[in-house]
Amino acid sequence: MIRIAIFGFGAVGQGVAEILMQRERIERWIGRYEVVAVADSRGSLCSEDGISLKEAIEVKKRGSLPEGKSVMEIIESMDFDVAIEATPTNIETGEPGLSHIRACLNKGSHVITSNKGPLVVAYKELAELAKKKNVKLAFEATVGGAMPLIKLAKRDLAGNEIISIKGILNGTCNYILSRMEQERLSYQQILAEAKELKIVEANASYDVEGIDSAAKLVILANAVMEMDATFNDVEIVGITSITPEAFEIAMEKGYTIRLIAEASRDGLRVSPRLLPLHHPLAVRGTLNAVLIQTDLAREVFVIGRGAGKIETASAIISDLVDIYGNDRTN
Amino acid sequence: MAIVSIVVELKDQPGQLLRVLEPISRLGGNILSIVHQRDKKTPLGRIPVEISLQIDEKKVEDLIKIIKSETIVRSYNEVRLIATTSIMLVGHIIHTDLGDTINSIDRTGFAEVVDMHISMPKLNEPSTAMVTISATGKEKLKEAIELLRDVCRRKGILMIEPLNEEPV
Repeated sequence: MIRIAIFGFGAVGQGVAEILMQRERIERWIGRYEVVAVADSRGSLCSEDGISLKEAIEVKKRGSLPEGKSVMEIIESMDFDVAIEATPTNIETGEPGLSHIRACLNKGSHVITSNKGPLVVAYKELAELAKKKNVKLAFEATVGGAMPLIKLAKRDLAGNEIISIKGILNGTCNYILSRMEQERLSYQQILAEAKELKIVEANASYDVEGIDSAAKLVILANAVMEMDATFNDVEIVGITSITPEAFEIAMEKGYTIRLIAEASRDGLRVSPRLLPLHHPLAVRGTLNAVLIQTDLAREVFVIGRGAGKIETASAIISDLVDIYGNDRTN
Repeated sequence: MAIVSIVVELKDQPGQLLRVLEPISRLGGNILSIVHQRDKKTPLGRIPVEISLQIDEKKVEDLIKIIKSETIVRSYNEVRLIATTSIMLVGHIIHTDLGDTINSIDRTGFAEVVDMHISMPKLNEPSTAMVTISATGKEKLKEAIELLRDVCRRKGILMIEPLNEEPV
């Protein structure tokens, strides 16, 4: 019996809960499980025998989880095998996720997270702690949403040296740039459109200044290229000053423009780049796309959905199956 | 080393090509390609032949002189710049001394701005330009881009570089 705790009950946490409610589907992969705690910053539902996820989602819909144990209290007082950490990202302090993950690893629980903050701030420390405690720290959901990237690079491309990773890691920026490409409207006009479509949050700067892409790039660089990079190592240029004429002039030479995150021996960069129109990375809409260059396999492309409640939850579930599952392909 | 492309007109007879190749070899040149343009035969029945070669740049003039004494040289040009890229600049390009920006590349001696397309939609609004830079080699091109990056950073111009797609 696997005992699961979910910390953070926003879109991603609820997405995970919705998938875990499909008990038949998940038990085929990992066997029997119970969710013993669901908690967010304001309240929690806990039971050693397992709580009702349906109830948790309904309660949350009506307002917030009932007052109860805090996340740290749950970690200290309850038994669980794996924590799903999906609290909001803070890339400066990593908190509250960083404290949650540290405490869980220290008590010997596996951790699956969609939270970039703790990994950007303290990847090395956390990876070493997990190793020392002989538990897993999985974070497929932190980069590229549903796209397989971390496990792809670490496992499926095992034996390769990864020479560079280049790609689109922020769907909001990609939506804005590909709409500017098609409509030749100004950045401000398309940003307003994206806000109306709720593709971009009220505070867009995290996306459009390239901060989100840079955080993901740091995670990739550390986790799959074995760099020892921090956020400050990334040279970051956002998309806010790109003019509609830029697309017109680029097009004359057969180019378009995308915000590309790039990690190579030359360093880490997030910046708008010219791409040939037919380049596989020149995807449209909110898609993400990544090109991994390795010495043996050479080029590997991945294109997929970089965000979304269920899409991100899919990456978390894949980590869960990775830890507990019987590989059905064998 | 310079790369030179020479187009000569040769009689359609055996041994003609050797009269051109011999001096190239004597001056230490390295032939890169020879293309017979048989479809462009001249009214006098001569065949244009385009020869590309690599040679010490100081010997280019001597070589042309010798070949001219042997046969007709239709044209020749030194292909000095062999690596090219396009870079986009966005911002107050004109008001931050465009001449100076271009000069920073041109005065290197190994790279030049060879083409530029600029769009200025409104007065006092940011302009957008596509600049084509050529250099004497890939490494030098990289160096020139690095230089331009510094200039743009100082002048607050957004520089959009192409995604480098060199094969692994």
